[in-house]
Amino acid sequence: MQQSNTYIIVFSAILTIVLGLLLSGTSQVLGPLQQEAIALDKKKQILGAVIDAAEIDKMTPQQINEFYASRISSTVVDISGKEISGVEAEKVEIAKDYKKPADKRQYPVFMFHAEGKPEAIESYIFPLYGAGLWDAIWGYIALETDMNTIGGITLAHASETPGLGARITEGEVQARYVGKKIFDDSGALVAVQMQKGEGKDYSSDLHKVDGMSGATITGNGVNNMLKAYLGHYEAYIKSKSSNQAVAGL
Amino acid sequence: MSTETIEKAIEKKPAEPLFSKRRKKLVTDPLVDDNPITIQVLGICSALAVTTQMKPTLVMAISVIFVVAMSNFVISLMRNTIPSRVRIIVQLAVVATLVTLVSEVLKAFAYDMYKELSVFIGLIITNCIVMGRLEAFALGNKPYDSVLDGLGSALGYSWIILTVAFFRELWGSGSVFGIPVFDYVSGLFGPDFKLATNGLMVTPVGAFIILGLIIWVQRTKTGYVEH
Repeated sequence: MQQSNTYIIVFSAILTIVLGLLLSGTSQVLGPLQQEAIALDKKKQILGAVIDAAEIDKMTPQQINEFYASRISSTVVDISGKEISGVEAEKVEIAKDYKKPADKRQYPVFMFHAEGKPEAIESYIFPLYGAGLWDAIWGYIALETDMNTIGGITLAHASETPGLGARITEGEVQARYVGKKIFDDSGALVAVQMQKGEGKDYSSDLHKVDGMSGATITGNGVNNMLKAYLGHYEAYIKSKSSNQAVAGL
Repeated sequence: MSTETIEKAIEKKPAEPLFSKRRKKLVTDPLVDDNPITIQVLGICSALAVTTQMKPTLVMAISVIFVVAMSNFVISLMRNTIPSRVRIIVQLAVVATLVTLVSEVLKAFAYDMYKELSVFIGLIITNCIVMGRLEAFALGNKPYDSVLDGLGSALGYSWIILTVAFFRELWGSGSVFGIPVFDYVSGLFGPDFKLATNGLMVTPVGAFIILGLIIWVQRTKTGYVEH
């Protein structure tokens, strides 16, 4: 049957309003829950850099929140390593900040410390953000207190190829970074490069890790991301390592 | 298939039992004889993409069941008021709303699943099964029948993707629902024995192979031939 134009317009208008109300209502109701879920996910990723992912999976959301509260403290620094006060590290959105020039961004630092002892820091965790083959990749890297040795890394991605680039999320790939160093003997930042090809032994080389077969571009993305973000944090990292050198004397 | 069901619905007597033979057929037909994936070859994209593991596949299946059944229901309720010239847009709007609802709920209550599936949940909108059932059935049939029809098609889709996911996860990752089956089995044969996983199964190629095998087996059994 043919309806008049007026009928079609009125029908469409009513439909749009009803569906629109329904959606905005849902979004309003679920909004706080979603924010919580996102915050929890971020905590999981940060903790993932210092403890085993399987351990985290076993914890309930409440346990994760408690563990995070008792073991992680945080600060925000600028590119010169100076602390910015009045900013909550968890609230800094790395993905949004990424669009700004590097010297205008805020850089959160998370410190993993012994339970209830914020001064007994076990490792420093820095966020990472960059581009993979198809879309964004990000993660968190933990440095031990010598500010040189990698204690752990978590990597995540928006849409890398499943089975190839998406393997950066696997524990087996991330474990390759543990124990590598980011500075060379002269103190220059070289970070860690994932190599092309897979199956070679790089255990004797402190700045290279085995690659992912078929995912060289994702690997390069991870390399660039590591180099860039460790570079942004270099001033802060150096300030911490020189402090420790003095304290050690 | 579509036109004859419309005619049947018009002839229908009001006192039809809740699960009459015809209604049962609405649900059971798409499971095997008229399966959306293996016979109609619809909804292949998500069948390939989400089936590397059982858990996300199950969530995907539930989401599709909800969206197909609900959109069939809503469109069927409105079928006499929808202006025919804009009916596709109306269907799309309803489907998109339902899909967004699913995605919002997942984001709030199962964020890990949401992260893994987000794109594919969104793509349910373009899943040919949904629009196909709306056009072919819901526009010409009563709400209850439409829900049954939607359930049938979505279940037909679900059991196929779950089967594909079962074999892909088993052979590709050595586990089922995240339970490391291969490790247990290897353990039975002593410490040096290890069942190898096949990386090919994790890639979309693996899905093509499994899906091809399922279609082959099914068509051999039912004797279905492409016209």
